[in-house]
Amino acid sequence: MSNWKWQEGDYTVVRTCAWSPPGEHPVGWGLRLYYKDDVLHHVEGDPTNPITQGRVSIKFLELPAYNNSPERVIYPMKRDPKYRGDNSKWERISWDEAYDMIESETRRIQKEYGPESIMTFIGTGRDVWHTVPKITFSAFESPNFNYPHNGWSCYGPRSSICVYVLGAGYPELDYATEFPELRYDDPNYVLPKCALIIGKDPLVSNPDGLFGHALVDMMKRGTELIVVDPRATWLATRAKYFLQLRPGTDAALYLAMCHVIISEDLYDHEFCDNWVYGFKEFAERCAEYPPSLASSITGVPEQLIIDAARYWATEKPGSMTWGLAVDEKVNGIQTAHLVLLMCAITGNLDVPGGVLLGGSDREAPTSWWGWEELDDDIKAKRLGAAEYPCVSTACSTTQCDIAMDAIRTDKPYPIKMTFTMSSNPIACPSADPQMVDAAMHRPDFNVFADLTMTPSCASYGDLFLPVASTGEKDGLVATHYGALTLFVAACVKGNQVGECKSDDEIMLDLGWRLNPSKFPWKDLYEFLTWELNGYGIEGTWEELRDSELGFVTPPYEFEKYAYGLQTWNGEPGFGTQSGMVEAYCQRFADWGDDPMPYYEEPPYSPVSTPDLAEKYPFVLTTGARSWSYFHSEQRHIKRLRDLDPWPTVEMNPADLKRLGLVDGDWVYLENMFGKCRQKVRATPIIKEGTLMAKHGWWYPEKGPDDTGHGSYGVFDANINQLVPHGLYGKMGFGSPFKCMICSVTKAEGGPDFEEGWPAKAWDKTPAYLER
Amino acid sequence: MADKTAMGMLVDYDYCTGCHSCEVSCKERFDLEEDEWGIKLADNGPWRYSETDWEWNHVPIPAEHCDFCKDRIAAGKKALCEQHCQALVITVGPLDELAKKMTKKKMVLFNETNDEPRKKAVY
Repeated sequence: MSNWKWQEGDYTVVRTCAWSPPGEHPVGWGLRLYYKDDVLHHVEGDPTNPITQGRVSIKFLELPAYNNSPERVIYPMKRDPKYRGDNSKWERISWDEAYDMIESETRRIQKEYGPESIMTFIGTGRDVWHTVPKITFSAFESPNFNYPHNGWSCYGPRSSICVYVLGAGYPELDYATEFPELRYDDPNYVLPKCALIIGKDPLVSNPDGLFGHALVDMMKRGTELIVVDPRATWLATRAKYFLQLRPGTDAALYLAMCHVIISEDLYDHEFCDNWVYGFKEFAERCAEYPPSLASSITGVPEQLIIDAARYWATEKPGSMTWGLAVDEKVNGIQTAHLVLLMCAITGNLDVPGGVLLGGSDREAPTSWWGWEELDDDIKAKRLGAAEYPCVSTACSTTQCDIAMDAIRTDKPYPIKMTFTMSSNPIACPSADPQMVDAAMHRPDFNVFADLTMTPSCASYGDLFLPVASTGEKDGLVATHYGALTLFVAACVKGNQVGECKSDDEIMLDLGWRLNPSKFPWKDLYEFLTWELNGYGIEGTWEELRDSELGFVTPPYEFEKYAYGLQTWNGEPGFGTQSGMVEAYCQRFADWGDDPMPYYEEPPYSPVSTPDLAEKYPFVLTTGARSWSYFHSEQRHIKRLRDLDPWPTVEMNPADLKRLGLVDGDWVYLENMFGKCRQKVRATPIIKEGTLMAKHGWWYPEKGPDDTGHGSYGVFDANINQLVPHGLYGKMGFGSPFKCMICSVTKAEGGPDFEEGWPAKAWDKTPAYLER
Repeated sequence: MADKTAMGMLVDYDYCTGCHSCEVSCKERFDLEEDEWGIKLADNGPWRYSETDWEWNHVPIPAEHCDFCKDRIAAGKKALCEQHCQALVITVGPLDELAKKMTKKKMVLFNETNDEPRKKAVY
């Protein structure tokens, strides 16, 4: 009997906080895992968790199905590269043999080509944002840590902009995490009067550490919402102001809102006079965008823009949370810059009930563990870093479009080995995935660390390392990957499945083999304690696990800029070049862009490409979240699939009628870059002329071998075939995943009508899944 | 209402977000098939009264076999759907007490229909 493990009848109960796998942002769901005969039997919420308070998403209610799935690969296995794509050729091997293969290939490639010819791949949301860079820089000694989402279009741009214009870690809603005992009822908590929800459906996505339903807790207590979204989400239907804009036009909207706030003298004079650099120039820039102009660009009624701006400026404190819709556009940097300025000029930054900010000492947005120890000549080879300092100054990664170009062209040097941990590029993050699939066959050796076979690994993997899931590993969860650490909690192991190892264990094993001096920890627990201490928490990992809640909240300081806590030198102000919030950012000018935010039409739109728009008349946005899935995961979990069985494209009923379609028809979505097939869902939550298509789809039931539409039929459904590679903003960030154009034509049927779909294929068991 | 032992389920559907946690919790507890539901969301909407005025409500409806998790409540726990509801809109307890809590708009109170157990809980 302990705080984290006890017996209830036949069940051994283990308390944990969940991050991933399955994929989920660092929400830290408080869970009680019920084991029977050493197998995970069911999951209950942990009512003592200060944030989730016993609540659980369906993704984690289905954790037993996920962990015990017959689709799990639970032993290491290899495949001769000459049989890539043939999934009958996998052979079970030992961990020792797997590590031997990695070691010998690493040594060969380091010697023949240099360590830069090894590239790592990461995915979003998983708990490996410290692990993979450390493997890259310290184990492989390569500078090429790659997130294969074009234009780094998720989290990186927003976080980097915070660094450049605020000198701060990620901004977030004030949802009373700083008062873990009484939360909203703590007398010192100030409830935001207004919350700005930008390009985000946090109830479904729980992004980056924010427990989305905290917003509902706040709404019940009186917080009003302003929602900016092309879709009337559930939150939008309950918002005080819902600004339903044309996808990709946010920047015009925020320029106009700032213009209203400044021209009507609703801004916080004291804050702007003291802490905003370039305010006068910014006011002039905003004046170029009166609400009437913004209305014609965005499609949001002029009066609504004015009313929402006035409300935001006067109902204080106002808090804000923003989603990756901000990033997934060529104009994303400017959009993010404007959102931060909208918070700044109203005096809402870092005040109680306002916008929480990470301190200046927070890494953002990616870990640099091991980077400093690389030789300068190796550092200089990081792909895309010299071309795009806006990316490489704040992020430890490559610029991913340039990294992919190196793989497919051998320029400036060849990539001979890849190591992919928690990423499924051809099903999920990468634009032009068929090009990526072909390119990824070029390296000599492709390693995957994952839980199930994926389209990417089935197509071009040579070695599979089986990864432990939640409940099968000891670890840590910290909100916002440490960039705004509202709490840190222990992830606790309850059982061992097959020979699976956690990502952290794989990192340590590889490190101890390849470059032991850079991995000084004697075991996993010494490493976890070191990581915990890095978040500013004292004590050991075991002490955290054993504590009453298994959860700890670092103290949060408001108005850090006033007390010298937002700068490196202890002076009051912000940790930027000017020491102020930068409306005018010299760094952006140095990096070849406008120092001030501006609006730019999406590269493909009815306005910028009217000729193309005649052929492809719909504005296409993608990536709406599902309750069932985290990006490309979980399509094989029956209860989750039952709730959301097919990739759907949301379309206004008037558009359906005009095209002679009915709800549930299969359609082809097509543009000049490619096509895919999805199922129409009629809904008035989207405007006429706009579509929302789901991303991350593949069909586990179709089987791993390519029978015409890629591994697992991934190219039948993958919407990113309509998004081009190599198109992003001037400073290297932001590809137009959320604002493309396309046509819609009726398909003869869907994959469910074809032979073998879905019932027959479910029965085929590849040899590597035999237990 | 005379029966002081009668149980009820109060739903504040103004805030039900449709997250499915009640549905999936109950499916797990009773190991239900695809078309079987211990509790199921009914949707009204989304549709519009005007440009800015939306109807979009989810209401979870318990099945006849719902036993209101009496064994869990007896053990000092919450009903599983109440425990996992992400929006905290479900309360299961004595019917007469819940009736007194129906003090705001958009609430609904279900009473027991389960005279005899018709499904066996797995846990």
